[in-house]
Amino acid sequence: MNRTAAQVHGWLLLLPAAVLLAAFTHYPAAATLWHSLFSTPKPNRPAVFVGLDNYRAMAEDPVFWQSLANNLWFALGTIPVSIALALLMAVWVNGRLAGRGFLRLAYFTPTVLPMIAVANIWLFFFTPQYGLLEQITGLLGLPSHNWLGSQNTALGCLVVVTIWKEAGFFMIFYLAALQAIPPNLHEAARIEGASPWTVFRRVTFPLLMPTTLFVLVNAVINSFRLVDHIVVMTRGGPDNATSLLLYYIYDVGFKFWDSAYAAALTLVLLVLLGVAALVQFGFLEKRIHYR
Amino acid sequence: MTRALETAGGWLLAILWVLPLAYAVWAAVHPSEFSVRFVLTAPLTLANFEAAWNAAPFARYFVNTVLLVTLILVAQLVLCTLAAYAFARYEFRGRDLAFALVLVQLMVMPDVLLVENYRTMSQLGILDSTLAIGLPYMASAFGIFLLRQTFKTIPKELDEAARVEGAGSLQVLWKVYVPLARPVYVAFGLVSVSYHWNNFLWPIIVTNTVNSRPLTVGLQVFSSADQGIDWSIICAATLLTSAPLLLAFLLFQRQFVQSFMRAGIR
Repeated sequence: MNRTAAQVHGWLLLLPAAVLLAAFTHYPAAATLWHSLFSTPKPNRPAVFVGLDNYRAMAEDPVFWQSLANNLWFALGTIPVSIALALLMAVWVNGRLAGRGFLRLAYFTPTVLPMIAVANIWLFFFTPQYGLLEQITGLLGLPSHNWLGSQNTALGCLVVVTIWKEAGFFMIFYLAALQAIPPNLHEAARIEGASPWTVFRRVTFPLLMPTTLFVLVNAVINSFRLVDHIVVMTRGGPDNATSLLLYYIYDVGFKFWDSAYAAALTLVLLVLLGVAALVQFGFLEKRIHYR
Repeated sequence: MTRALETAGGWLLAILWVLPLAYAVWAAVHPSEFSVRFVLTAPLTLANFEAAWNAAPFARYFVNTVLLVTLILVAQLVLCTLAAYAFARYEFRGRDLAFALVLVQLMVMPDVLLVENYRTMSQLGILDSTLAIGLPYMASAFGIFLLRQTFKTIPKELDEAARVEGAGSLQVLWKVYVPLARPVYVAFGLVSVSYHWNNFLWPIIVTNTVNSRPLTVGLQVFSSADQGIDWSIICAATLLTSAPLLLAFLLFQRQFVQSFMRAGIR
């Protein structure tokens, strides 16, 4: 095959995917920036260029700052715990525990269920008065508490649901990594007289570092991307206590129909994801070289 | 001693993890007066499933979701295979830049670009259609990446041998590359189907009638209606929505776990 033909064939093969990617990833990303510099068009008034006005409004918007802060707390609440649990689960499932087939099934099941569906179940768990949690605390003689209706606990409830949904998914990456560690490393350490905990801390855990980094980046991305359960459980309330950035974009864009301000908010989210991207890129590159 | 402690810990966590689902099953198969009374003698019933099925057009939602998931998967398989083949086996100007631009989608997912993609769908005049839900996901950067990696591991000699026998580019792709990458296709397919069966935010934005709503959106519309629907019925609806994936998972557990390992991210 001559070289011109290779050029043409290559591009022709790529074309269909390239068109769709450009139309639904690159164009909207660029358009987000562009539209964030205009006002929202109204039936009687077309969009006009407003420069950085949307960003100035954002800087003075307490709900934006609260959503950003909530998102930070949400990330800090979900990421370390779900990663730690995932690692623990993987070690247990990989070990010779009785009934590990069932354990793996139990841990992984939340991953295949729709978030929207499990959020409904959890909603009932947290419901005031006749919800399951209230029944349990009632039996223990604790005072009644509106878990999702209180600003102090609503975000915590969402963190719990997210950890429950994510940990099993992250577990399988650790499981794959654990199975790839050659068993003679562990044997050697044991012959040297190292305790199981020392083996884990000095041999296993360092070998799992690339997996931890990979899982970490995914967990960060998820903490900015997952808002399905908010729609079901709290709708961002009470008083914006559970509004995360993407949920706020959804509210502004599709409830208040302020598309220009929503574009400005989206740009902030894109920048945050871009930072995560840079970290992951460095990592993915390395991973390819190792193969 | 440590072993016993670990086993206890593992089981405790596992029981905590299945509890929400187990509870949903309990509530769904018992009359509503037993939804928080755990009496072993409580009568079993399928009435909740029947009530849920009749209270909302779930049959239509099922059809919509199956159509959606099939449309996305078929489009993804075709588009990603062609693009991955180009990246793995062709030398063309701008290839590396194009590949970097494809990878951008791994971070800037369609899930985040709601506002602008909504505008585009509105301009195309296809709001509230299965096509509108699927379009942003069809060219999957992850699928392209995964298949490119796989195609690169296939020996060039096989490719050349097929060409010597007179096969054209597309025939080589179809006869040599695709069959050898089969496990990767299965893995990607399972992950894609689970992802889009469960997807919610973008579908709720672009759909507004029964004609295009997938199950997840239908379930949300059904359970947020303020008609005082009782929990047993909502639990039944929730289980109906998740049932096909859950059953498939229980039957092909090993395959699922391996696929998610292989094709991890979306």
